[in-house]
Amino acid sequence: MLEQLSWKVGGQQGEGVESTGETFAIALNRQGYYVYSFRHFSSRIKGGHSNDKVRVSLKQYRAIADYTDVLLAFDQESIDVNAHEVRQGGVVIADSKFNPTAPDHVRLFSIPLTKIAEECGSAIMKNMVSLGASACLLGLPIEIFREVVEERFLRKGQRIVDQNMEAISRGFNHMKELGGADPEFALRPADGTRRLFMMGNEALGLGALAAGARVMPAYPITPASDVMEYLIKQFPKVGGVVVQTEDEIAAINMTIGAAYGGARALTCTAGPGLSLMMEAIGLAGMTETPVVIIDTQRGGPSTGLPTKQEQSDMLAALFGTHGEIPKIVLNPATTEECFTVVGKAFNLAERYQCPVIIMTDLQLSLSKQTTEPLRLEDVVIDRGAVADEADLAAAAGGEFPRYRLTDSGVSKRVFPGTKGGLHHVTGVEHMETGRPNETAGNRKQMMEKRMRKLQGVEIEDSVVRTGDESPDIAIVGIGSNIGAIAEAKEWLQRDGLKVAHVHIHAILPFPKRQLQEALSGAKQVVVVENNATAQLRHLMSFFGVDCPHAQSFLKYNGQAILPVEIYEFCKEMN
Amino acid sequence: MATVKDFRNNVRPNWCPGCGDFSVQASIQRALAGLGKEPHEVAIVSGIGCSGRISGYINTYGFHGVHGRALPAAQGLKLANRHLTVIAAGGDGDGFGIGLNHFMHAVRRNMDITYIVMDNQIYGLTKGQHSPTSAHGFEAKTTPQGNIENAIIPTQVALGAGIGFLAQGFSSDVNQLVQLIEQAIQYRGFALVNVFSPCVTYNKINTYDWFREHVYNLDQVPDYDPTDRAAAMQMVVKTGGLATGLIYRDDSRVPYEDQIPGYPEQALVEEELALSEEIFQNALKQFA
Repeated sequence: MLEQLSWKVGGQQGEGVESTGETFAIALNRQGYYVYSFRHFSSRIKGGHSNDKVRVSLKQYRAIADYTDVLLAFDQESIDVNAHEVRQGGVVIADSKFNPTAPDHVRLFSIPLTKIAEECGSAIMKNMVSLGASACLLGLPIEIFREVVEERFLRKGQRIVDQNMEAISRGFNHMKELGGADPEFALRPADGTRRLFMMGNEALGLGALAAGARVMPAYPITPASDVMEYLIKQFPKVGGVVVQTEDEIAAINMTIGAAYGGARALTCTAGPGLSLMMEAIGLAGMTETPVVIIDTQRGGPSTGLPTKQEQSDMLAALFGTHGEIPKIVLNPATTEECFTVVGKAFNLAERYQCPVIIMTDLQLSLSKQTTEPLRLEDVVIDRGAVADEADLAAAAGGEFPRYRLTDSGVSKRVFPGTKGGLHHVTGVEHMETGRPNETAGNRKQMMEKRMRKLQGVEIEDSVVRTGDESPDIAIVGIGSNIGAIAEAKEWLQRDGLKVAHVHIHAILPFPKRQLQEALSGAKQVVVVENNATAQLRHLMSFFGVDCPHAQSFLKYNGQAILPVEIYEFCKEMN
Repeated sequence: MATVKDFRNNVRPNWCPGCGDFSVQASIQRALAGLGKEPHEVAIVSGIGCSGRISGYINTYGFHGVHGRALPAAQGLKLANRHLTVIAAGGDGDGFGIGLNHFMHAVRRNMDITYIVMDNQIYGLTKGQHSPTSAHGFEAKTTPQGNIENAIIPTQVALGAGIGFLAQGFSSDVNQLVQLIEQAIQYRGFALVNVFSPCVTYNKINTYDWFREHVYNLDQVPDYDPTDRAAAMQMVVKTGGLATGLIYRDDSRVPYEDQIPGYPEQALVEEELALSEEIFQNALKQFA
């Protein structure tokens, strides 16, 4: 009996690989399993190998496995590309149509998926036939798929639903006749708890909605587009607007314009777009305009690997803008955190009147995963210092001191349209009234005013530490690597090592104190990140974290980091 | 009610004496007063360059952003507060060089904002390089042997992009310019007023006198029909882009803001931000 399952479906992009994986994942999520899926796809619409790998377990793992128990193959290429990771004695279910062959270490079930589907009404239902065969192998009743099939097809009529259920049933029975109902592969039953199932991008979108975001100018880019696609469906309910702009430069400048106008505005992009936004991010810093920018990192530089995993924009996010501005960079790690981070980002942006960048990575943005309950009360709206009647009265007859020098560096905002609040805003160095002024004295005090806003500011829970005290090894991670590290930690602990997992959830202001504390007493430190130049580890030393013995685990081939890779790396060190 | 004086502030422009932009500044002030606007109801969003400073020289809300991006910022502002009178302004380099892309798309998007370009056919603030509206053969610091590129004709580009309101003025004719700006502000949709605004320091070719000789004033063409797009295109081609006055207007357009599904009549900045539990729970259903 299986405690957990690593299942994969592969085929040509555009032939239903994604919908097969999703139907399977949603059905199992609704049975109470924890599900984590990862898509391998290319920057093209039709053709080319793609696959969807799904981890099913009774406790939460936010990582895919390094092996596969069951592979559904719609073509020979899917077997050729993936069979090596199918474990000894694992199963390949393939369409008889292409006379599949598989290596000796796996058990191959050749099932006429297409032929059965055609008999049920249409060849496209071959994915349903394959799901039926999977269910038989795993000891799951086919009824677990009914709800999902109805949600997908009922609008096309009951007949289509019946045909799809028939296809699933025929696949199940065919597998059974081949002796495919194997108790070894029976999945231990889950408790039936219904949890959410969503990707990071959807959680970000929902978080933006809850945070009171009302304007989102953005330019389509993988893997960010889901956020705008989600919000464009939701915004009409709350009166918000998504503008698909002509480019990312327009997107960020429009975001700044809307934020200056008093709306909560955000934009969402990936590395190439972040590069284009840099000048205007400086404008937001200089004009103290609160904007939120989501960067869903993917493989760079240039077009790089647009559909692959990487975490290589960290230095760009911190240092990309010319000149010097106060800025905040947040790094959520889970879907639950994607939901809350947007509200947090807006509150910080408005409290400190500066740009806030939220960085995800492709794996976090696109991996659909079981998500614990999300609560609206976890998103609080705090708009920071805004001028009231008394402030406006005090400025009556003159110009409103939008950039008044204060101890905190934060000055009250007033939105255009407000009577008595007239003031000028410019990216040129300016005085308290916003009027340009290039004198040395003014420059010094205004620069200090802006930089003072974040001086000494620590963002709560920038570092979260779990695991053993005085560890033999402390593993530092960021973003979606949280799952692979958590799992590697368990394996290392099982081997008798004392291990701590130190996860970083914000890199600006850099949590030096929190990180130093979390690493204290660690004999060895490994920094795990998806890039080639150890950006996070270099940031640690740049910001003065005393950790000379830190080593890097780096992965930059476009693939997600696997628990076993971290495990083996740490074992070699010990 | 606000008067022209209320739209003046005590900031002294850093423009050269005789610069065409003074007339544009005065025309905007007169137009706003003429339309009965109050200073706090107006925001001027400008780009970079000599003319980009204009947002600081008129007593309204003013936003002076980065080079070439006045239009995106102005559109964002309009979305946040649809009841503001939003005017974007800048020079020919800002609008038709670095920012041309945004101009084309602002035309296409058709938000209710007015764009005023002070077109002097030269880069002034960087001291005399050729601009996208400099004529072929024009000698400047970066074209010492004459410009080998062709000029952008703003009115042709605007009509080509499908603009709903197009006017062209000349700094010497303030009365006409005030009228054009008033009409542009009143127009419900994206409106361009391109203004020939001579640079007295760096452009020794396209001077006040040169424009006086070359502009073709449509106010003096009684049978010109500004609602006929084909005729307008013919006019801007025939005059080499030198026609002044109201060139084209189409009052059948519906501005962007009026087409956004669910977009409230109340300005977004006035809206309650907290999400209702009901909407939230409904949104969660998709992921259950």
